[in-house]
Amino acid sequence: MSALISPPVSGGPGPVVGRLLRSRLAAALATPHGVDRYLERFNPMWTAHEVRARVVSVHRETSGDTATGSAPVATLTLQPTSTWRGHRAGQHVLVGVELPGSAKRHTRAFSISSAASAPGERFTLTIRAHDEGQVSSYLVREAQPGTLLHLSQAQGEFTLVESPATPTISRLLFITGGSGITPAMSMVRTLLRDGYDGHAGRRVTFLHFARSPEDQIFADELAEIAAADNGVDVHLRHGDQQFSEFELRRLVPDYRDTDTWLCGPAGLVELVKGAYADAAGELSPRLRMEFFKPAVARAASPGEVIEGEVSFTRSGASTAATGASLLEQAEELGLEPEFGCRMGICFSCTATLTAGTVRNVLTGEESSLSDEEIRICVTAAAGDCHIDL
Amino acid sequence: MSTDTLSPLADEKYHGLTAEQIDRLGTELDALRQRIIADLGEADAAYLRKVVTTQRTMEIAGRALFYLPVIGWLPAVACLSVSKILDNMEIGHNVMHGQYDFLGDPAFNSRMFDWDTVCPGEQWKYSHNYIHHTFTNIVGKDRDVGYGILRMDPDQKWHPYYLGNPLYAFLLMTFFEWGVALHDLEVENIVSGKRKLADNKPLYPGLMRKIRRQALKDYVLFPALTGPLFPLTFLGNATANLVRNVWAFNIIFCGHFPAGVASFSEEETANETRGQWYLRQMLGSANIRGSKLMHLMSGNLSHQIEHHLFPDLPARRYPEMAVEVQEICERYGLPYNTGRLRQQLFSVFKKIVRYSFPGGQAKAAPVRGPEAVIEDSLAA
Ligand SMILES: Cc1cc2nc3c(=O)[nH]c(=O)nc-3n(C[C@H](O)[C@H](O)[C@H](O)COP(=O)(O)OP(=O)(O)OC[C@H]3O[C@@H](n4cnc5c(N)ncnc54)[C@H](O)[C@@H]3O)c2cc1C
Ligand code: FES
Repeated sequence: MSALISPPVSGGPGPVVGRLLRSRLAAALATPHGVDRYLERFNPMWTAHEVRARVVSVHRETSGDTATGSAPVATLTLQPTSTWRGHRAGQHVLVGVELPGSAKRHTRAFSISSAASAPGERFTLTIRAHDEGQVSSYLVREAQPGTLLHLSQAQGEFTLVESPATPTISRLLFITGGSGITPAMSMVRTLLRDGYDGHAGRRVTFLHFARSPEDQIFADELAEIAAADNGVDVHLRHGDQQFSEFELRRLVPDYRDTDTWLCGPAGLVELVKGAYADAAGELSPRLRMEFFKPAVARAASPGEVIEGEVSFTRSGASTAATGASLLEQAEELGLEPEFGCRMGICFSCTATLTAGTVRNVLTGEESSLSDEEIRICVTAAAGDCHIDL
Repeated sequence: MSTDTLSPLADEKYHGLTAEQIDRLGTELDALRQRIIADLGEADAAYLRKVVTTQRTMEIAGRALFYLPVIGWLPAVACLSVSKILDNMEIGHNVMHGQYDFLGDPAFNSRMFDWDTVCPGEQWKYSHNYIHHTFTNIVGKDRDVGYGILRMDPDQKWHPYYLGNPLYAFLLMTFFEWGVALHDLEVENIVSGKRKLADNKPLYPGLMRKIRRQALKDYVLFPALTGPLFPLTFLGNATANLVRNVWAFNIIFCGHFPAGVASFSEEETANETRGQWYLRQMLGSANIRGSKLMHLMSGNLSHQIEHHLFPDLPARRYPEMAVEVQEICERYGLPYNTGRLRQQLFSVFKKIVRYSFPGGQAKAAPVRGPEAVIEDSLAA
């Protein structure tokens, strides 16, 4: 239903045309390729099912500084096609980018930094350019108004929902580091936009860690939020002001019983987890976490002795990586994954790599994209890895 | 010499090459493969997108031209035929081999793509990518040898049924997309009792869905949209499907059945090495010589030998690889089966007729090419 009431997008088909293009008749005529395969011949922003977006504007948040090793950050405002179903604060979107000079479409996840969006509505991504990061560098440094991106629908459960134990008047706590601020920012922006004013007794604590004041993104907006009478406490920590349990207790005395959203680099996450663990090492169920990077060790380079554990996540079996194909390793564990030729030509054995690093034994190419489809008969673990089998 | 030769049987099969030579051949072909993989990139993507754009344009033009009665009909059929041929050969067949998976584009991913024929891509990938490409020309295992209908090899036992060989071939050509679709049901194995009818049950829903959709668009919806021209559009769509069927059948038969193509037995190919697998692919396929247009319209299956050696590499690379493969063949004294379309077609036709009768000459002659002598002296 939502698709039908989506507002017309600049340059896109109107609602009537949109409805026609999504009709069963159109699908039947376009079989087996689908309507979008024909529409893209005319205009890539006309889609009936897929989601794409044009970059509307690029706003530089920080310029980065090679001396301190800090990376530039930019916020891209995107106009999605009318097929965009909107997002809940805290969700992320998969962004597919065709990098110039490389034929491949690279797909990466980015949290949405703007407040919850309605179908077809604009939203923003805030991206930190990693030093050697292909996609992030391209988006921050080279994306321009007009650049076309391929998107998924918004996804993820790291969202602003309360636990059954906590009614709407309960307190909220956000702990973020670096670019991990984006999903929390979306939540706070959503709360404020939707009329939240803190006077119902529900306070929001926003605790953020950045390398330096120059690296602090959204600084002006956060200062405004902090100054306004809205029940949101903003605490920005820079440089060597590390997270400490002692400080958290001072800010939010009962933090273990407070709905908490945590997103940041591994070091920060480890410290916070320590603070939320009880004597038995059990984490408080109120703590929700989002990782921007799979928490799995990097791979050994070719020729090196492979050290790592192969985990077949669906069956719960795991074993030490030996360099044998993942198919063989799975079979050694008594699993029976589907296979055909066992030499990489029939694709019967494709499985999803959910985390970790693998090596294609035919090409020697290493890959550590999460959610990548791999042929397990010609792929070996190159370190720790998780396979959805 | 005697210590590193294969069993006498395999030795003869592989043109007198020693195990060591076969390994070396495998290594050379692997190296060729690596070089191409390392070079894949923007040009391959651009090429595919260009072919797809051409195909979609042809299709849209074809569908539109049916609105012009009389003068539009023939051009419409021509456009639609070209569109369907490109869709099936240079796009569908190759994309579903995973040749363009490296692009990371779901529209050209082997797992998601489906083509404009009644055969569901999903089922075809099993019978073709797996069965046919793994067990190429192993009589009794590769069901593409005669498609379970024809007798194309002297090792297939003769039966009076095969007197109809030419007729069956003609029917298979005419209804090729249906033949391909029903191929997965392994009717011949059900008749012979090797397969149970119940084994086909899981295939029916997908097959029926695909057939319904293809028939609905070509024989109901598009004709209906041209109103009073319904019969003409209907006939035009049927003709385009027929043209595609005839073309695809001929290209595929020229790739596997001209004279000189070797077949293998299960015993010969048990415990095959990678080198032997390569050899079997080379000896079991044939190329068609021709123009660039010919290669495009055949989905580069005119380079069937290269396709069988490297089924998952983008087909547009086969012409450049063919130069090296041919050179390798010469060096090892191996045949490289190629000829012009007319030549290969005639050879296939002769085979179809010949094998409708009992007997038949034993497989491709296992002669050693003259260059093998040079190879031997180099190896010595
Ligand atoms: C759910 C989710 C939400 C995300 N949201 C955001 C967001 O809002 N903003 C944002 O900037 N990024 C976000 N990311 C991270 C983003 O997906 C990419 O990982 C990051 O932009 C780097 O991609 P790249 O292509 O530039 O780097 P690549 O070319 O893939 O990697 C190049 C180098 O950078 C390193 N690297 C890659 N990713 C990371 C990382 N996340 N942290 C540290 N080093 C890394 C690699 O180890 C490698 O050495 C999110 C990730 C996830 C899973
Ligand atoms: S089993 Fe054929 S590709 Fe892995």
